[in-house]
Amino acid sequence: MLKYFLKKLGMVLIVLIGAATCSFVVLHAIPGDTAQAIAGPQATMEDVERLRASMGLDKPLTEQYKSYIIGLCHGNLGFSYHNGKPVWDLVAAAWPNTMRLALSSMLVAILLGIPLGVLAAVKRGRVADTISMVIAFIGISMPSFWLALLLILLFCVNLNLVPFYGIQGWQSYILPSVTLGVHAAASIARMTRTGMLEVLGQDYIRTARGKGLQESRVVFLHALRNAAISIVTIIGLQFGILLGGQVVTETIFSWPGIGRMIVDALNSRDLQIVQGGILILACTFAVINLLTDLLYGILDPRIRYN
Amino acid sequence: MKIIKKILHNPSAVAGLVLLLFICLCVTIGPLFTPSVTDQNLLNQFASSSAEHPMGTDEFGRDVFARIVMGGRYTLISGIVSVILGLAVGIIMGAASGYYGGACDYIIMMICDIMLAFPSVILAMAITIVLGSSMFTLMVAVGISSSPIFARLVRAQFMSLRDATFVEATRLSGASDLRIIFCHLLPNSMGPILIQGTLRIGSSILLAATLSFLGLGVQPPTPEWGSMLNSARQYMWESPMLGVWPGLAITVTVIAINLIGDALRDYLDPRTRSLL
Repeated sequence: MLKYFLKKLGMVLIVLIGAATCSFVVLHAIPGDTAQAIAGPQATMEDVERLRASMGLDKPLTEQYKSYIIGLCHGNLGFSYHNGKPVWDLVAAAWPNTMRLALSSMLVAILLGIPLGVLAAVKRGRVADTISMVIAFIGISMPSFWLALLLILLFCVNLNLVPFYGIQGWQSYILPSVTLGVHAAASIARMTRTGMLEVLGQDYIRTARGKGLQESRVVFLHALRNAAISIVTIIGLQFGILLGGQVVTETIFSWPGIGRMIVDALNSRDLQIVQGGILILACTFAVINLLTDLLYGILDPRIRYN
Repeated sequence: MKIIKKILHNPSAVAGLVLLLFICLCVTIGPLFTPSVTDQNLLNQFASSSAEHPMGTDEFGRDVFARIVMGGRYTLISGIVSVILGLAVGIIMGAASGYYGGACDYIIMMICDIMLAFPSVILAMAITIVLGSSMFTLMVAVGISSSPIFARLVRAQFMSLRDATFVEATRLSGASDLRIIFCHLLPNSMGPILIQGTLRIGSSILLAATLSFLGLGVQPPTPEWGSMLNSARQYMWESPMLGVWPGLAITVTVIAINLIGDALRDYLDPRTRSLL
């Protein structure tokens, strides 16, 4: 198990170094003069040059890369171009909001997805199956930003039930969580149905039924547990997709998280923040993938030994 | 041919096909019958549905229905072209990796892992920022962000085929590596690749619309569905329906494509086939 863990951890480290390099390369390839953009159109040539030197933008790219990587190792993500605040502080303030939203969306997804999938599998071929799968299918095909707009239209504009701007108490979590959760719920429901159908056809299910167990016990204790591996995999995968979806959802709901921070910083060309934000999202993504892999190894011993 | 017959027996795939054909028909000949998408009439802002404007008018008094019909062209084209671009990059990466193996395989797979370490929206965003915002860069960005998925698939196909007898025979007859890859290995692994490609069109359309929605893709006044939703966001109180139509159009199109894609996948994967 330790060997499996170390192998996965090594992979994560390599991916993170690659991600850091990529975000550095990509953002330095952006056309346009950053120093000029920050100094503004009225700045003199001298001012721009001084600014460029003070930000280290006049050094060769390899030098900039080296100081960037060394800084990263010390937990230094650089400083915002506009207000000089350390990017680390900005990210540290936004990250918990992003994670809280991600977790509450995942909760919505699991609470909606698994029951829907189990229902569809148990009632296979009946009306309940068809209805659940049609719902799941629409959930997968719908763009999340449209769902967000529809929810705002219905609950904020028409019914005026919940706030749609920033975080104002627990009610603020409802709409963004549903927006993000529905897509994940749809995938989880489909995967749960497939996993359950596979398990329900096994001999041990027939045995469980044969020895007179209640149907609910058979479904939830015998079948669902064995279908858990495929469900956990899809939950881990969906968590990653959810992090990507945060960018859009946070922008729509003005949620003070990392996604909106990245979009705002992009619009104001604050590259250090963009770089830091993207890196932290990639980090979170990689750690979640690592956890999924580990959970996978725990749930199914066959994987661990291969 | 067997696959086409099989799919025609699957009612949901037929529904998807009919829907998609209908959408294609609308966007190709539709604009001939609708008013111009750039005709502004500021006296007729936010009009509600009427015989003249079936979906009302937007903030510039332009006919929303005409813009939806026209926007479908951009959406369908961006979905298909980005998948083709992604396939091209993915096939080259996967072919090199699966055929040559060794260090080449290791490095390419590492690149794929790194690309997959970014959520696809972020990756595509980063690419559009570097290349600038336009329809073409949007398609490149979406294509590149789906290329690692294709690369992995092509690699797996090539690895299972590269030691097959017919490949050995071709090699013995003196064919070059490129010839073996493109004339022998690729045609034999095209089935799963095409199916994965079809499945990706739906998600590519969603990703492209998302980027346009964030203002990074197709720019106004071009009537793309994602950017139409972005402008509608500001006028939700004046005219809520402006935010409904483009999203509905995206959803219906993606549903049609996913119906076909699902049927193709079920055909390919016998395990799920038996469960249907």
